[in-house]
Amino acid sequence: MQRARRFAAIAALWLAAGASARAATIQISMENLEVAPAVTSARVGDTIEWTNKDVLLHSATARNGDFDVTLPPKKTASFVLKKAGTVDYYCRYHPNMKATINVAP
Amino acid sequence: MYVRISAAIAAICFSSGMAMAEGAKLTDPQIAHIAYTAGEIDIKAAKQALDKASSKDVKQFAQDMVRDHEAVNKQALDLVKKLKVTPEDNETSKALSRQAADKLAELGKLKGAAFDKAYVANEVAYHKTVDGALETQLIPSASNSELKGLLQTGLKIFQGHEQHAEHVAAELK
Ligand SMILES: [Cu+2]
Repeated sequence: MQRARRFAAIAALWLAAGASARAATIQISMENLEVAPAVTSARVGDTIEWTNKDVLLHSATARNGDFDVTLPPKKTASFVLKKAGTVDYYCRYHPNMKATINVAP
Repeated sequence: MYVRISAAIAAICFSSGMAMAEGAKLTDPQIAHIAYTAGEIDIKAAKQALDKASSKDVKQFAQDMVRDHEAVNKQALDLVKKLKVTPEDNETSKALSRQAADKLAELGKLKGAAFDKAYVANEVAYHKTVDGALETQLIPSASNSELKGLLQTGLKIFQGHEQHAEHVAAELK
């Protein structure tokens, strides 16, 4: 019993390590009302980390409702991708700031 | 070249009704004052709109204007303090303020959808005017590189606002 529990714990650790080794953090910047890069490729499980370098409030708002991340001036915020597909997003406060993430399974 | 630039400036001043002091090169203290005034004007217009607008999109837009222009003007104040520059009132600032006061009074008489339309139309025109002034006069005249940089950021923001205003205007129709 004890041994089985220990095995399960080790297996869980292995799985977690495997997952975190595969998952990447992808940086996207918002500066002078531009999102760079405007098109990003990622995988499910990856973390998108947006950095707002402006003095203005921005957001990363997915058109399909997948995420809505608020980015206060000079701050960083992130989101872990959960679904595959192409997600177009924009800034709620500056709708001409637009970008796309292509999420592979 | 010189003739072409002054002709372009003249055309912008003429078409927008923005009175620029002829021939005189603007100094950094004057440029800072004009840029700050331009922001203040848009904040005042937006506060009137928050009070009077009926459309949700127009109110949202006005809120965005207040937030952005306050942020940029705060940055401008920080910069002039750091550079030990005292913004200096001038003919262009005065003309801008005078026109803005007239516009505020004119819009003040309107109500409902008529106000919404007139406010957004003026926002498109106003941001266009300021973009033109920034591009052709304020940015080229600025001698301090940090001030120039701030004006360039300001231009980006104003251009974004202009497009946003155009989008809102199109939705209202
Ligand atoms: Cu934004």
